[in-house]
Amino acid sequence: MKLDTSGLESTSPFFGSGDELCPELSAAPSFSLPLSTDFDEFQKDTKATLKHAKGTTTLAFIFKEGVMVAADSRASMGGYISSQSVKKIIEINPYMLGTMAGGAADCQFWHRNLGIKCRLHELANKRRISVTGASKLLANILYSYRGMGLSVGTMIAGWDETGPGLYYVDSEGGRLKGTRFSVGSGSPYAYGVLDSGYKFDMSIEEAAELARRAIYHATFRDAASGGVASVYYVGPNGWKKLSGDDVGELHYHYYPVTPSTVEQEMAEVAGA
Amino acid sequence: MARYDRAITVFSPDGHLFQVEYALEAVRKGNAAVGVRGTDTIVLGVEKKSTVKLQDSRSVRKIVSLDNHIALACAGLKADARVLINRARIECQSHRLTVEDPVTVEYITRYIAGLQQKYTQSGGVRPFGLSTLIVGFDPYTGVPSLYQTDPSGTFSAWKANATGRNSNSMREFLEKNYKETSGQETIKLAIRALLEVVESGGKNIEVAVMTREKGLKQLDEAEIDAMVAEIEAKKAAAEAAKKGPPKET
Repeated sequence: MKLDTSGLESTSPFFGSGDELCPELSAAPSFSLPLSTDFDEFQKDTKATLKHAKGTTTLAFIFKEGVMVAADSRASMGGYISSQSVKKIIEINPYMLGTMAGGAADCQFWHRNLGIKCRLHELANKRRISVTGASKLLANILYSYRGMGLSVGTMIAGWDETGPGLYYVDSEGGRLKGTRFSVGSGSPYAYGVLDSGYKFDMSIEEAAELARRAIYHATFRDAASGGVASVYYVGPNGWKKLSGDDVGELHYHYYPVTPSTVEQEMAEVAGA
Repeated sequence: MARYDRAITVFSPDGHLFQVEYALEAVRKGNAAVGVRGTDTIVLGVEKKSTVKLQDSRSVRKIVSLDNHIALACAGLKADARVLINRARIECQSHRLTVEDPVTVEYITRYIAGLQQKYTQSGGVRPFGLSTLIVGFDPYTGVPSLYQTDPSGTFSAWKANATGRNSNSMREFLEKNYKETSGQETIKLAIRALLEVVESGGKNIEVAVMTREKGLKQLDEAEIDAMVAEIEAKKAAAEAAKKGPPKET
């Protein structure tokens, strides 16, 4: 499969590669098909197997002080929990974060590729790339691979000259600007807590607590989410990891077990 | 597309790229063009050859806009200019599409210069025979800039510069008389530089003014004539003052 090396070329991927004099549309990326009798069935099976990493809960929201980003850390394949310690918040560069939902390899590779492009932009233009620009670069790449099986549901969160920025980008090529997003199988539960507790005027601690609580509740109800709830904050000086709490411990923190008087005690039955 | 494997622009034994130098000759034979950067205004002026009677002068605009906030004037082969300008315009829009932001003047200058350089190092093609003066305001900081590119593909930023016919005299004039100006003063400085080498009159000069708020505005003949008249009057007054005092002794 021809990997995207346009990070080494100009910012107009649709208008020809570096050494062509006349801009023509480049040939679309392609790969050779595997040998199988029924390719459609093979594709369906592959997609089903890949579904393992979509079990996740990630969220991000913009508030007065910046952007709060949080995620769980469980990877599951059907009913089997393959890992409880997956890093789902990816550091693109010191002032931009990306979240992982969908194919882990896809997310990791394309976020690193985006990091390369952002750095090259900085070097060429002597100024940082905006969150708008970075998310657009990623969305354009994902769009060019549309239909080829990439599975990426990510949020790009960062702080640039215009202030805090948050975009949702997915492998269908969609790109949305917004103030509150949650992605993954646990997102309905996270939205419930996030939307009811959200205020624009929050302090960093309040916002972090809201994010943490939303992830916890999602991991409580969604089987495919769990592990550690990580919370990151993006401010004018870049991102900072605020906390990483085991959700099991968070449960007892939110719902402590109170010792109560026993109403009936089991008594030993005398006899044979 | 057939690929040519033989380059036309090759080094001479003493390290010259003659094709590039010949291209610079072509530029030296082109129309005079001048650009002046002020604090809030940037002015481009180009010499207009006396209009051929039947030609529709509106179809030969020499100062063109590449985007809302960027304009270009050039000296040299006009047909080459058309091709370069079209590619630059596409790049301006492509940049808007991929990063959702307008280009900076430096970015588009770098692109045009890069294109000019590519044609000095490829098989089967000759260099573009033109130098460009690119002006505009930075879309983020609002700072005005003036850049020049040439057939070799080098570019640099200038406070004021001239290219084309008699560019040396115009540049000497600008070096002697340049100071930080704004608004009308910037326009007058550009016209004065052009008048050094061109017959005076609105018919022979094309002037365009770019401001941050209003973008590019082409001055019409009447406005140019008015400014030229002001400049000539001032010149005459200065000469008279020089001759005046000695009489009183």
